[in-house]
Amino acid sequence: MSISETSEAPSELSVSLWRGGKEGRYETYTVPRRDNQTVLDIVTFVQRYVDPTLTYRFACRVGVCGSCTMTVNGKPRWTCRTHVSKVVSDGRLEIGPLDNLPVIKDLATDMTAFFEKWQSAKGVFAPSKTRDDPIEQIMPESPARQAANAAIECINCGVCYAACDTVRWNGNYLGPAALTRAFTLVNDIRDTGNAERLQAVAAKGGCHSCHSHQSCQELCPQSLNPTAAIASLKRRTTTAYLKGEITP
Amino acid sequence: MNVRLFLWQRGTAALMLPLIAVHLGMIFYATRHGMTATDILRRTQGSLLWASYYGLFVTLASIHAAIGVRNILIEWIALTDREARRGAILFGIVLLVLGLRAVAAVVLS
Amino acid sequence: MMLRFIKHRGSVLWFAALIHRLSGLALAIFLPLHFLALGLAIEGEAKLDTFLHWSSQPLVKAAEGGLVFLLTVHLLGGLRILLVEAFPWSSGQKQAATMAAALSALAAIVFLTRVF
Repeated sequence: MSISETSEAPSELSVSLWRGGKEGRYETYTVPRRDNQTVLDIVTFVQRYVDPTLTYRFACRVGVCGSCTMTVNGKPRWTCRTHVSKVVSDGRLEIGPLDNLPVIKDLATDMTAFFEKWQSAKGVFAPSKTRDDPIEQIMPESPARQAANAAIECINCGVCYAACDTVRWNGNYLGPAALTRAFTLVNDIRDTGNAERLQAVAAKGGCHSCHSHQSCQELCPQSLNPTAAIASLKRRTTTAYLKGEITP
Repeated sequence: MNVRLFLWQRGTAALMLPLIAVHLGMIFYATRHGMTATDILRRTQGSLLWASYYGLFVTLASIHAAIGVRNILIEWIALTDREARRGAILFGIVLLVLGLRAVAAVVLS
Repeated sequence: MMLRFIKHRGSVLWFAALIHRLSGLALAIFLPLHFLALGLAIEGEAKLDTFLHWSSQPLVKAAEGGLVFLLTVHLLGGLRILLVEAFPWSSGQKQAATMAAALSALAAIVFLTRVF
C-alpha cells in the first residue's frame, strides 16, 4: 500500500485564535496542514492569507528571541519551536495570548509589568569597577558562577510568568523571571548592589511568595529552574534578615 | 508575604513537626485502648507537662494557621493586604483563645 | 474552560501544592471545632463522654480518619516545602511528593483499621 492510502494525516487543520482585547472571542480558521509545521507558521499563514487584521508578535523564528510566546492549548510556549504535530489534539488547536498580562490585541500582550518587576527585583547589574581597573577574574568552576550560569540564559520570553499561579493570584508577586535574574546577580562577585537587591526580593511580593508549584521549571523552554533560584534567594534573605542586614 | 512572615510560618511549622508526631501517636494509642473521657482526663488533669505541651502546640498552630489563612485571603479571596491582615489576626486570636480554653479544660480539675 | 486551566497545571508537584493548601484550609476550619469539643470537658467528664460516645459512630470515625489524613498530608506537604527551600536540590521532587501522598494514605488506613 502506498503511504497516501494508509496515512491518516488530514490535509487541513482547524485552529481557534483569540481575537480582541481583554474582551473578545476565539475565532476559527482552516489552514493547510503540512509536515514540519510550527504553530508560528500557522499564525503567520492566517495573517498573510486569511485575515490580515490578525495581530501577533515574532522576530527571529528560530527560538532565540522569545517574542513569539503564546498560549497554545492552555500552555504558554514558544510558537516557533512548537511543532503542530506535538500539540494538536483531534485536529484542533487553540492559540491565545499569554496569561497574566494585559492583552493589547489578539495574540499580542503588554509586557510592561513583566519588565517593571524585573527592575523592582533589582535585576540590574551594579558595577564596581571602571574601564581603567583590571578585569575581574571569575573562576567558571566556582560554585557561585556555576549557580549563576545555570540561571543566566533567560531571554525574557514570559512563559514562566504566564504559567505561574502565584503571579495570577498575587498582583505584587515579582515573578519567576525577575527573581531568577536577581539570583544570578546575587551570585555575581563583580556586583555591588546586593544589599538593595536582597532587600527588594525579601519584601512583600518577593521570593517568599513563591509556593514552589514549579510550573515555571516545567515549562521554561531554556530548561531553567526558577523554583530552585527562588529557593536559594529564600535562604540568602533569611540569613541576611537574621543577621540584621535587611529589614522587610 | 515577606521574609519576616515567611520565617514565622516556616519556623512554627518546623517546631510543630515533633509535636504533631507525638499528637498522632497519642491519638492512635487512645483509640486503640478505647480510652474514655475519664481515662483521658485522669492523665491530663494537674499535669504541668501536658499543659506546657498543648499550650505550646496551640500557640504555634494559631500563628501558623493565621499566616496561612492570610495567604489564602490575599491570593484566592483577593482581599487587600490590610483586610487580609485583619482577618488573619482575628482568626489567629479566635484559635488561640479557643485552644487555650481547651487546654485549661483538660488540665485544670 | 476548567479543563484548559488544569491542563498545564497537572503536574504532581502542582497537585501536591494544591492539596497542601486545601488540607491546611480544612484543618483551619476543623481546629476551632476540635477546641470547642475539648472545651466540653470544662463542664465535667459527662459532657465529654457523651461527645466521645457520639463520636464512636462509623460516620464520625470515617470523618476522623479523614482528618488524620488531612493532618498527615499537610504535614508531609509542608515537609516537602521545607526541604525544597532549605537545600539546593537539582530538579523536581516528584518521587518525594508521591511518597508523601502514599504515607498519608497509609496513616489514614492504619487509623481506620485500628478504630473500627
